[in-house]
Amino acid sequence: MNYIWFLIILVSILSAAYTGRISDVVNAVMKGAQTSVEVALYLAGIMAFWLGIMKIAEKSGLVAFISRLLTPVARKLFPDVPKDNPAIGDIAMNFSANAFGLSNAATPIGIKAMKELQKLNKDKKSASNDMCTLLAMNTAGWQLVPATVIAVLVANGSKNATEIVFPTLIVTTITFMSAIVIVKVLEKFSPAQKPEVNQEGDND
Amino acid sequence: MIKTVIDLISAWLIPVIILVVLVWGIIKRIPVYETFIDGAKDGLKVSVDILPYLIAIIVAVSMLRASGFFDITQQLFAGVLDWLKIPVDVLPVMFVRSLSGSAVLGMFSEIANNFGPDSYVTKLTAIMVGSSETTFYVLAVYFGSVGIKKFRHALLAGIFADIIGIIAAVGVARWLFL
Repeated sequence: MNYIWFLIILVSILSAAYTGRISDVVNAVMKGAQTSVEVALYLAGIMAFWLGIMKIAEKSGLVAFISRLLTPVARKLFPDVPKDNPAIGDIAMNFSANAFGLSNAATPIGIKAMKELQKLNKDKKSASNDMCTLLAMNTAGWQLVPATVIAVLVANGSKNATEIVFPTLIVTTITFMSAIVIVKVLEKFSPAQKPEVNQEGDND
Repeated sequence: MIKTVIDLISAWLIPVIILVVLVWGIIKRIPVYETFIDGAKDGLKVSVDILPYLIAIIVAVSMLRASGFFDITQQLFAGVLDWLKIPVDVLPVMFVRSLSGSAVLGMFSEIANNFGPDSYVTKLTAIMVGSSETTFYVLAVYFGSVGIKKFRHALLAGIFADIIGIIAAVGVARWLFL
């Protein structure tokens, strides 16, 4: 991110020198800083409301209930995890929390699931197939309602911000399904893991 | 016809979620009001935390736009972008969305502010941002937490899924909003 940020500013100044719009660029600095604060202010209200509602979903056990419904699916997706291993429950919970936009809750549960999968992993330095699948689930990040995006639209005066809700849901679903299929296909071509020999001993 | 259904679901999804969550909370005898306040505090913290990132990115992208850089790029890639119906302003979003969530949010705000919330560019960007996760951040956090050094096929799968996400976003936005 350091280089990207630097590059954006460098390119701006170089382009301005080329197009002769340097005074516009200076004005953009002032106006941009002002806009950021306005956006953050508007964002605060909507984010606070949404996370308030989602906290109720978490505390009342609704998120846990949905993750129980998803457990059989999770078992299919993670064939190397033994029955009754806590990893399966954590994975379902991680997905449900992500779906509700509770990323603060989703990440610690996801990491806990990753640790459970690491216990089952035979090469501790290299990701097992199941670990790659869990990661693909999280990088694709299926989400029910894009609350932040709606907040930004509203902050900028949108009259019909919820218009993008279902289209976004379609796209996030396509991406999520593709991520699962892709990771399962790549698994077949991925170089096999080498079990660790004489290194740090067995971790079990 | 399909568009009417999509608009209907879009409009009702949020109220239905709120209703289900509240009813479930009442049935389970949760102090819904206090719990809401608790969660809302977290929400406020999120937006305060995000402000420095927003300033950094919104200022940088505003500079980039004011400099005329997009006009130059547009001329270079006009053919391809026109054919795909992708506005040139969306290009940086495509690359940054896999790297940083707050940065991409800043870029999106800048676009919404510049083109208006109901423009095609803004809607396309909204779908692109709303449907993505920051792939490289997730990789670093999840694998970093257990000391995995070899990502094997996880990295490639993440990148492929991101590309499919971009294509799907452009497709859906063209279908519904153009």
